Amino acid sequence: MVAGSSRQFKDPWQEQRLFLSRVIAAGIIVVLLSGVLVTRLVQLQIWNYERFSELSQGNRYRIDPVPPTRGIIYDRNMVVIAENRPNWELVAVGEQINNLDRTLRSLEDLGLVDPSEHDTLRNLVRSHRGFERVKLSNLSEEQAATFAVRRHLFSGVDIQEALARYYPFGEMSAFTVGYVGSISETDLQRIDRSNYAGTSHIGKTGIERAYEDRLHGQVGYRQLVVNAQGRVLENADMGNDDFQSKAPLPGENLVLSIDMKLQIAAHEALGDVRGAVVAIDPRSGDVLAIASTPSFDPNRFAAGMSRRDFVALNTDPDKPLFNRALAGTYPPGSTVKPFIALTALQHESVTPDHEIYCPGEWRLPGQTHRYREGRGGVHGRVDLHHAIVRSCDVYFYQLAVAMGIEYLSGGLTAFGFGAPTGLDIAGEQSGIVPSPEWKKKNFSRREDQVWFPGETVITGIGQGYMLVTPLQLASAGATLAARGTRFKPRLLIGSASGATGETTYLEPVALPTIDDHSAEDWQLVSDAMVGVTSEQGGTARSNMIGAEYSVAGKTGTAQVIGIAQDQKYREEDIDERQRDHGLFVAFAPADAPRIALGIVVENGGGGSRAAAPVARKVLDAFFASQDYTAYVAGEP
Amino acid sequence: MSLASLEWGRAAAGGRKRRGFGGFVVDMPLLLILFAVVGLGMIVLYSAVSAESGLLLRQAMRFGVGLAAFFVAAQIPPHYLRIFTPWLYFLGVGLLLVVAVEGEIGKGAQRWLDLGFVRFQPSELLKLAVPMMCAWFMHERRLPPTFPQLMVMGLIVLTPAILIGEQPDLGTALLVAAAGGLTILLAGISVRVMLVFGTLGLGTLPVLWSLMHDYQKARVFTFLNPETDPLGTGYNIIQSKIAIGSGGLFGKGWLMGSQAHLEFLPERSTDFIFAVMAEEFGLMGLCLLLVLYLALVGRGLYIAASAQDTFSRLLAGALSLTFFVYVFVNAGMVSGLLPIVGVPLPLVSAGGTSMVTIMTGFGMLASIHGHRKLLAA
Repeated sequence: MVAGSSRQFKDPWQEQRLFLSRVIAAGIIVVLLSGVLVTRLVQLQIWNYERFSELSQGNRYRIDPVPPTRGIIYDRNMVVIAENRPNWELVAVGEQINNLDRTLRSLEDLGLVDPSEHDTLRNLVRSHRGFERVKLSNLSEEQAATFAVRRHLFSGVDIQEALARYYPFGEMSAFTVGYVGSISETDLQRIDRSNYAGTSHIGKTGIERAYEDRLHGQVGYRQLVVNAQGRVLENADMGNDDFQSKAPLPGENLVLSIDMKLQIAAHEALGDVRGAVVAIDPRSGDVLAIASTPSFDPNRFAAGMSRRDFVALNTDPDKPLFNRALAGTYPPGSTVKPFIALTALQHESVTPDHEIYCPGEWRLPGQTHRYREGRGGVHGRVDLHHAIVRSCDVYFYQLAVAMGIEYLSGGLTAFGFGAPTGLDIAGEQSGIVPSPEWKKKNFSRREDQVWFPGETVITGIGQGYMLVTPLQLASAGATLAARGTRFKPRLLIGSASGATGETTYLEPVALPTIDDHSAEDWQLVSDAMVGVTSEQGGTARSNMIGAEYSVAGKTGTAQVIGIAQDQKYREEDIDERQRDHGLFVAFAPADAPRIALGIVVENGGGGSRAAAPVARKVLDAFFASQDYTAYVAGEP
Repeated sequence: MSLASLEWGRAAAGGRKRRGFGGFVVDMPLLLILFAVVGLGMIVLYSAVSAESGLLLRQAMRFGVGLAAFFVAAQIPPHYLRIFTPWLYFLGVGLLLVVAVEGEIGKGAQRWLDLGFVRFQPSELLKLAVPMMCAWFMHERRLPPTFPQLMVMGLIVLTPAILIGEQPDLGTALLVAAAGGLTILLAGISVRVMLVFGTLGLGTLPVLWSLMHDYQKARVFTFLNPETDPLGTGYNIIQSKIAIGSGGLFGKGWLMGSQAHLEFLPERSTDFIFAVMAEEFGLMGLCLLLVLYLALVGRGLYIAASAQDTFSRLLAGALSLTFFVYVFVNAGMVSGLLPIVGVPLPLVSAGGTSMVTIMTGFGMLASIHGHRKLLAA
């Protein structure tokens, strides 16, 4: 004996007897379990044979999914921005068609079916059982009529009605509501497949994507009786213990903060420039409008567009699919000055009546590089108020240096710059608030990680590394308007019950308040911004003449290319796409703000010339009224 | 004395083989029944895949690979198997960890290990390695196992089972746990201890439940109440019950199953092939299949009973009983007795890795029987 521990002693005989008894016991259990299995089979195959045989050989069940109706999307005034419209579909029933190729070719000749999909459709029809209806294409009203008069020529081809997503405002709503499209392989990864049995489309962008779960609803099903070949005989309730039918649960109807009236005004104010407008209610964070131009018609995505059309849209140099309002990042230029002024006042690096003399340029002590007035000119003696009104760069160069970059960037971050605002649709960019730390993190080469004093200087006027999105600009403007009270910008404000039409609203989401500025400081900055639009020398005065409301605003100009030390910016010498971006941040009415704006016009050549006029049109529309129903997107 | 020396004599390693086929160990009864089961399975599969010969050819090739595995395993004497057991076990657990880490990175279910030239499912290795490890552990110890020894074996079984369950692959996790658990039962724990553990096991059910993935919970719900998921697995159960029931005593005949051929039946060639057979060959066909399966299990238990050392006995017994568990779980879930856990019907369902695992297991049985030392008396 070699095995076993010393205190245990193996007894082979006893162990073999024990093992044998176990094997015998196991054998008995195996036989018993087999008996259970056979009993179950006898139960199914002998006792219930009649019933199952009938189900199988005669009529049988088929469970067909019944897709839910997608929720409707409304604006804040219950104007429909996304709905489901009856749509004509051309369908084929394979077994009733004599010559599939010839039938398809005739339909192609009538322009009802895409000839490039001939083979795909033929295979599609052939891969289905003969009696099944196979969708060939979507038809317009006109095409449906074309077919209707020739229906007798096409045995086995028919038109049927189906619900399709429709966006009545077309390109006006593309960047908020988004669009639905056919479910792709990638989409299948993130959904519960059985809930989408029978659903063909899914939210791809915007609200349609962000609230897909709520808009979609729950699939229902119904029990069909089909014969041995699988042909549907009739709807029937079998009245037994298996399945019953279940009605689908429609998707939720959502109410957005968008005011379509204003949205249209913003879109039209931009016209055919490349740019973006974001309007926010400073009292709640409600986003009243998000316009980005050029835009696209989301209905083309919902209906399904050809690969070529998509490529054309996607490679357009004007980038119509790009949401400039959320994802476009621009140097803020002088729009950053009100925020810097507040930060400087709090830091006590400046007093409201601190005056300087502006000779049109400035040098860092001991350096030769001249930091010039962006717009040229000499402001002479200016205090803080006038430095904002007339957008004096020299004043802010000095403020920035006096505060230091750390304090400056901290002050800007508090207003939400440098981080996504948290809007409830995807696609936001963070932008950049530069700091020595940021530089260390984002540059790999050691010599690039050094923060230079000159970089502090130009950050003071919103040039250099700093980047903001129009949404951030509007949101920060709203914070100025509300004097430090902050809300998370939001699009969804409630949901409407389909049955009762009653709307339940959500509470605004408050963010940490900025409470380290005194009331006088807020007032000073607000007054100065009102001065921008009303006082002599104010950079947006000419744009706001005759307005029936008071506007607090600030223009900004973002350089796209650097200008050499001894040269002057001359628009005519510069390629259109390298001209300055124009920016504008505003709120109104100045004493009790109800709207805050962030505006960017790409290559428009400066804030007062390009962006402030857009603000005027949007604000006029907001304070007056405009008939939005007059606008209807291109007919589907 | 003679028996004791028989059991421990290392001389047995070089001992002459008792049965053989030109010097090779081949357990003819085992092999014949295996051929019969796989042959019957191919006939059913032919119908299930609607006479698509490519799939059938691939299944035949898998059986070929399985046969090769059987022959190789049959030539390795049990004491070599025993020596390599810990290596095999820890290799398997290691691979499971690799897969788990990769799955963490790749997000989502990760069961496969890509070795470049072949994709390999480490959990299959554990189906054999876990009972081998338990048998190895008890080999030089006195039976029945003491309480601390039971604890160690519990660890041996549960570590890989939990790793596999987290992949998530509940079916395989249960089979691995069953293989290990059966080894422990065969090792002879007393009925009292069994009852205690059974109670403890029931006590851990809520814990297990909380560890389960949502889709696994959904399967349990669906089993308890098929109507909750009529577009998913609930539909499968109903359709497979219709297929089985409508087969009757003699079936509708080969290639005549309307449930299968009109595509009412899901996963016809894999997990639900039992229902195809039930529809086309009826209760008689199923009984034939069941008899063949029971013959395999019976032969295995006979081999276990006549094995000459603890390792061989426990391993042979555990492999045979685990095989029966495969059959019972698959047939049970298809006929609505058990929840759907995704266990294929052994040797019949289309699918590669499980075929090779099972054939390797039977190869080990053949080896255990073929390498017995002749009784002196």
